[in-house]
Amino acid sequence: MNDDDNILWALVLLFAPLSFLSIGGAASVMAPIHNQTVNVHQWLTQLEFVELFAISRAAPGPGAMLVTLIGWKVAGWWGALVATLAMLIPCSIVLFFMAKVWNRYRGTAFHTALERGLAPVGTGLIISGAIAIMRASGAGWVGLTIFAVATAVLTWRSVHPLIVLASGGVVSVAALVVFNAG
Amino acid sequence: MTPEVTAFACKPREFRVSSPSDTATIASDQPPHVSLAAIFMLFFQIGVMSFGGGLLGWLYREVVERRAWLRDMDFLGGLTLAQVMPGINVTNLGIYVGSRLRGSPGAMAAVVGILSGPFVICIGMAMVYAQIQQIKGAPEFMQGVAAAAVGLFLSVGVKSIRKNIRGWQFVILIAIVVLVGIMQVPMVPVVLVLAPLSVALAWFTRDRAKGKSSDE
Repeated sequence: MNDDDNILWALVLLFAPLSFLSIGGAASVMAPIHNQTVNVHQWLTQLEFVELFAISRAAPGPGAMLVTLIGWKVAGWWGALVATLAMLIPCSIVLFFMAKVWNRYRGTAFHTALERGLAPVGTGLIISGAIAIMRASGAGWVGLTIFAVATAVLTWRSVHPLIVLASGGVVSVAALVVFNAG
Repeated sequence: MTPEVTAFACKPREFRVSSPSDTATIASDQPPHVSLAAIFMLFFQIGVMSFGGGLLGWLYREVVERRAWLRDMDFLGGLTLAQVMPGINVTNLGIYVGSRLRGSPGAMAAVVGILSGPFVICIGMAMVYAQIQQIKGAPEFMQGVAAAAVGLFLSVGVKSIRKNIRGWQFVILIAIVVLVGIMQVPMVPVVLVLAPLSVALAWFTRDRAKGKSSDE
């Protein structure tokens, strides 16, 4: 019991500070998370960490669900809940107050300039994000083709995204069968 | 799950009015009244459906395009804030959208909604991970889904260019993509330099933009 409490505290002490540093999402603190859980605390083996990472990518939801999975592996359902909240709450409070300040200027000429000025920045970050994810995924030509076609279809045709996602999966498996390549 | 999804799909798009006579009400910049339950349900739905990532794409599609809860530019402002501030991008954006619509209860509804489904599904998948790996083709299927999900993400960027980016804004956009996307310069310093520059440009060109920048 006491031991469990200690582990839950250790999860809080690990993830709450990282929450403040997770600019750009949990991906930016993946390196310290890996180091702390595998090398320092030795909660997970290298293989277990990679497996949890793969699951967090395959499952729906943000990539930060890796944190939930680490909590679960280390201390069950309570561990999952505590780790998730530790990662979520600190940065959320900061963002909430930033959004309040942001909205206070709504309707002023300054706010309009902010929106017009940030539109190309936000759009540029979306495109950069897509490039970064495709690069990190190490996708071959099959993956790149699915990516390109999906982008075009979702931009210029009104098809439900789930249909496009499922088609991507089917094409990927078909390519494996037909060309015996990934 | 299915009844919900279809219920949402059939929902009339009552907010999607953009005839010139309506610009007065839209320009007031006030989001429509949305119930907390509706916020929770939408974010829950997106959380559960977002296989392979691409949550921002889902959010944009549902919040801006289909429901018109927020204007395009409003969403992009929140998106930039969500990416530059620490935290998971989608929960940050959920907090922004939720609080725009219904204050702090709205923010809570959005965050709990978007994480509760994946929370259970992720752990469930971890429990049966070994069995999933044995199914022939399963990893390839997931890779294909993930590639298409990045396409969903990028389609938001392409649509945003068509709607919002004009003139000098292209220079800022290309600079961000080259530096952050291609050269992999750390995002925060790049944004800290280019965002103020871009806002300053928007400020000094504000008179010319008046009247013609009605993106709605």
